[in-house]
Amino acid sequence: MELFSPIKDHHSETRIFGGRVILSIVIGILLLGTVVARLVQLQVIEHEIFAEKSQGNRVRIEAIPPIRGLIFDRKGRVLAENLPTYQLELIPEQVADIDDTLRRLARLKLIESDDIDRIKNIAKRGPYFKPVTLRFRLNDTEISDFALQRHRFPGVDFQPRLVRHYPYGQYTAHAIGYVGALSTRDLNRLNSANYSGTFHTGKTGIEFKNEQTLHGSTGHKQVVTNARGRQVPTDPRDRSQSLPDGVSSQPGQSIYLTIDLDLQMIATKAMQGKRGAVVAIDPRNGEILALISAPSFDPDVFTVGMSESDFRSLQNDVDRPLFNRAVVGTYPPGSTIKPMLALAALEIGATNLTRRNFCPGYYSLPGSSHRYRDWKPEGHGDVDLHDALEQSCDVYFYEISRNIGIDRMHFYLDQFGLGQKTGIDLAGEQPGLMPSRAWKRAAFREPADQTWFSGETVIASIGQGYMLATPLQLANAVAALAMRGTRYEPHLMAATEDPITGARNLVSPKRLPDVDIQNEFYWQSIVGAMNDVMQGVRGTARAVGTGAPYRMAGKSGTAQVFSVAQDEEYDEDEIDERLRDHALFISFAPFDDPIIAVAVVVENGSSGSRVAAPIARALMDHHLGYGDDALQ
Amino acid sequence: MRFSDTHRLIMGKAEPLGDINRLLRRIHIDNMLLSSLLLLCALGLIVLYSALGQNTDLWLRQFARLGVAIVGMVVIAQFPPDLMRRWTPWAYLFGLGLLVLVLLLGEVGQGAQRWLDLGIRFQPSEIMKLAVPMMVAWYLHDRQIPPRPMHLLVIAVIIAVPTVLIAKQPDLGTSLLIAAAGVLVVILAGLSVRLMFTMAALSVPGAWVLWSFMKDYQKQRVLTLLNPDSDPLGAGYNIIQSKIAIGSGGMFGKGWTNGSQVQLEFLPERDTDFIFAVIGEEFGLMGVLSLLALYVFIVGRGLYIAMQARDTYTRLLAGSISLTFFVYVFVNTAMVTGLVPVVGIPLPLVSYGGTSMVTLMAGFGILMSIHTHRKLLPR
Repeated sequence: MELFSPIKDHHSETRIFGGRVILSIVIGILLLGTVVARLVQLQVIEHEIFAEKSQGNRVRIEAIPPIRGLIFDRKGRVLAENLPTYQLELIPEQVADIDDTLRRLARLKLIESDDIDRIKNIAKRGPYFKPVTLRFRLNDTEISDFALQRHRFPGVDFQPRLVRHYPYGQYTAHAIGYVGALSTRDLNRLNSANYSGTFHTGKTGIEFKNEQTLHGSTGHKQVVTNARGRQVPTDPRDRSQSLPDGVSSQPGQSIYLTIDLDLQMIATKAMQGKRGAVVAIDPRNGEILALISAPSFDPDVFTVGMSESDFRSLQNDVDRPLFNRAVVGTYPPGSTIKPMLALAALEIGATNLTRRNFCPGYYSLPGSSHRYRDWKPEGHGDVDLHDALEQSCDVYFYEISRNIGIDRMHFYLDQFGLGQKTGIDLAGEQPGLMPSRAWKRAAFREPADQTWFSGETVIASIGQGYMLATPLQLANAVAALAMRGTRYEPHLMAATEDPITGARNLVSPKRLPDVDIQNEFYWQSIVGAMNDVMQGVRGTARAVGTGAPYRMAGKSGTAQVFSVAQDEEYDEDEIDERLRDHALFISFAPFDDPIIAVAVVVENGSSGSRVAAPIARALMDHHLGYGDDALQ
Repeated sequence: MRFSDTHRLIMGKAEPLGDINRLLRRIHIDNMLLSSLLLLCALGLIVLYSALGQNTDLWLRQFARLGVAIVGMVVIAQFPPDLMRRWTPWAYLFGLGLLVLVLLLGEVGQGAQRWLDLGIRFQPSEIMKLAVPMMVAWYLHDRQIPPRPMHLLVIAVIIAVPTVLIAKQPDLGTSLLIAAAGVLVVILAGLSVRLMFTMAALSVPGAWVLWSFMKDYQKQRVLTLLNPDSDPLGAGYNIIQSKIAIGSGGMFGKGWTNGSQVQLEFLPERDTDFIFAVIGEEFGLMGVLSLLALYVFIVGRGLYIAMQARDTYTRLLAGSISLTFFVYVFVNTAMVTGLVPVVGIPLPLVSYGGTSMVTLMAGFGILMSIHTHRKLLPR
C-alpha cells in the first residue's frame, strides 16, 4: 500500500509524456491541415467565384415580406386591402454622399426638405445594406421624372411594394384601426426577424390587436446584386451564380368582421359635423354591427407617410379625430341608466309598479333646502314608475334613489356591465366608472373627501356625478335590456380565413352571466315603458319612433357638461357650444324579438331625443330592411 | 545526432546575438518565444489598424494593452515554477471563491454576469484559464502517471466545479475552453486511449438524453448553431461575408487596407472574432499561411519547453498551455472559414480586446519561467 508517496518512475513518465506530445502533434497537424486545405479551396480553387462576388457582384439576402391578411365586413366587402405602389428607396452603403443625394432629390421635389434630417438619421442607424424608404406612393409623373434622372442617383431607386389601403377609410377607421410605419418600439415588441422587409405594422384597432394573425411569416432569398444594388438576373448555367433556394413567405390570415359597412356609412354620415360615437350590437350574440367615432380620419395617410407637420395637426386637432370615442371616450350616462335602475328598484322593493309620486319640478333631501331640479321646471305632476320612464321624470328617481342606496345601485348597474371593460377585441378600452362607497374611500386621499354624501346618491340616480360610461358599454347594456337580462361579450371578429386553403375559423359568441333579476314581469314592464318612450303618447322620443313600421324601445339621456347654479336658467343659445349638454340615446328593435341594439352619444348635442335618437332610428331602419337608400 | 537547421532554431542553439541571449536568460526570458510573440503581436497590430478602419484611437488603446500584457509576462516569468506549484491550490481556491462572488454580486455586462469590481473590473474566469490546468498538474505531481481511476475522479471534480460555475454566468464558450485546458493535462499525463474512446462513445447517448430534455427554443438555437444557412438574415450572414472575404483574397491578397469586404464593412466583427478573414482578404493565402506558421512555431516552442521540463508539474502545465493556445487558433480559423459553427472565440493575440490577451501572455510567462529555471531544480 502507498504509505509514502508512490515511487515515481521518471523514465516511464517521460516516455508516456513524449508519446502524448507526439500524438497531439499528429492530431494538430491533421486539424491544421483541414484549415489549410479549406484556405486553398477558398483562395485558390474557388478564388475567381469569390473575387467576382466581392468585386462586381454581391450576394445579398433579401427578405420576402408576407402579404398582409385582408379584412372584410360581415357581408364580405373588402375593408382593408393591399395595393401595389411604387416607393422611392435608398440603400445607404451604396450612396457615397447621402447629404448631397438627399438635397438633390429634394430639389427634384421627390422628397421634402424637412424630411432630410429624419431620413439621414434612419440611414445612419443601419444596417447599411437595408433600403431606407424615402417616399411612399410615387405617382406616375414622379416615377417618370425619376426614371430620367436615375443615372445621377446611384443607390436610389423605386421599388414596387404592396401598401395597405382602406377603400372605405373614414367610415371604418375607428373599428379597423390602421397600419403605420414600423418603429423601433414596434420592433422590440414584435419578432424583428419576421419583419425584415416589412415597412408597416398595425397601430390601433383590429389591425393592432390581430397583428400576429394578419402579418404572416417572412420568407427570404439570396440575390445577386451589382455594385449599384440592382438585382442581376441569375443565369442557372453559371456555377458562380447558383444560389441556395430561399424560403417563400406565408401570407397572413384574412379577417371577417361582424360590422356591416352599410351601417358604418349611415352612422358616419349621420354624425357628419358632430362629435361623438355610435355603437350597434346584435344583442343575440354580442356581434358589433357598427362602431364609429366622429369625427373620423383617413387611415391611408399613415401608410402614405405624412410629413411631421401634417401628423402634428392631426394629433392636435381640437376635435381629436384620432381619439376613438366609442371605446375610449367616457361620458356621464345621464337618464339612459333609468331603465336599469328601475329594474333594480323593483327587484329590491325600493318601489313598485303602482306607487305614485308627485313631481313639483324639483326635489330636496329632508332637512335641506338644496333643490335638485327636474329637467322640466314645471314638473311632471303625479307619476308612477312607467310614467317616470316614459317622460324621464328625474324627481321620481331622486326619491327612490334613497331607498336603493349607492351600493345597491352599483351592484345592479355593474351587472349590466357599467364600470368595467366589456372585453371587446379592441385595444385601449376604458372601464368607465360606476361609483360606490368603497370606490370613494379608495379614490380620494383626504378623509373629508372619502365619505359618500346622500346628495351624491341623488344625482347618481340620473347618471350624473362621478358615473362615467363609454358608448360601447351603453350599447352592451341596452343589448342586455333587449334580451331581458341575457348578456354577451361584444366582439368585432367574426372569423379568420386562410387565404390559401380557404379554411375558416369562426369566432363563437361568449355568453356573460345574466343580470340577476328573475321576474319576467319586471322586465316586460320596464322594457314596455321604453317602448312608450319611442311610441307612446307622451314618450320623450315619440317624434322619432312614431310611424315606424316596427316596434322599438329606447331611452334618451342628457348629460351635463357643466353645472348650472341654483335657480339659474339653462339657456342653450347663450352658452358656448362646447359647454352644452351631451346628447345620449340607447335603443333596440324589434321590440319582441330584438336583433339590433344601438347606443348614440353626441357631444354637446343638447338633446338625446332630438339629436341622438334619429341616428339610432336610421340604423335600425336599415338593419330591419326599411331603409331608404341612405347609402347613396 | 544530426540536427536540421529548423531543429536548431527551435532548440535555441543558433546564437547570432549571443550577448543579448545571455542577458535575456538572466531575466528568465526565452528569446525564441519572446521574438516570435513580438512578431505575432506586430503583425496583429498591422492587421488591426486596417480592420479598425484606420481608427488610431482604438488602435493605440490596443497597443497600450499589449504593453501591459508583455510586462505581465515578464513579471510572471520571474517566479520559479517550484513557488508556483506551492501556490497553485491557493490560486485555484482564490479563483473559485471569486467565481462564487461573481454569481452572488457580479456586475451584469451584455446579458451575462462575468465581471467583478475589486478596484479594477475583471473577469474571474480569466484566472481559471490558468488555475485549472495548474491545479490538475499540481494534483498529479506527486502521483503516479498514468493516473488511476480514483485520481481521475478527483480531477473530474477539480475541472467540473469551475466549469459549471462559469457556464452558469452564462459563458459557455469560456467554460468549455477551461474544461479543455484541464482535460489536456490529463491526456498529456497518459490517460488511457481506451478510456478516451469510451468517453467519446458515451457522449453520443448522453447528447441524445440532453436533447430530449431541451425546450423547443433551445433545440432551435442548437440547430441554428449547427446550420447557419437556416438563419441567413442572422448568423449565416457573417459566414457568407467571411468566405467571400477570404476567397476573394486569392494567393497574395488585395493589399493592406485595400480589402473591399473589410473597408466597405461587408464583413461583420472584422476587428474581433473575424479578423482572420481580414488577413485572408488583404494578404491572401501567403499571408494566412505565414501567420499559421508563426502560430505553429509558438506552439512547437511551447511543446519543446514541455519536453525539456524536469518534473511532472511543469511538464504537464507547459504542455497544456501550449496545446490550449493551439485549440484557440484552430477553433477561430475553422470558424471563420466556415468549417465549424460560429462560436465567439477571438484569434489569440491578434483580435481586438485586452482581457484574453493578458491571460495568454501570463501563460507564456509561465512557459518562460519553466524553461529558464530548469537548472536550479533538482533532477
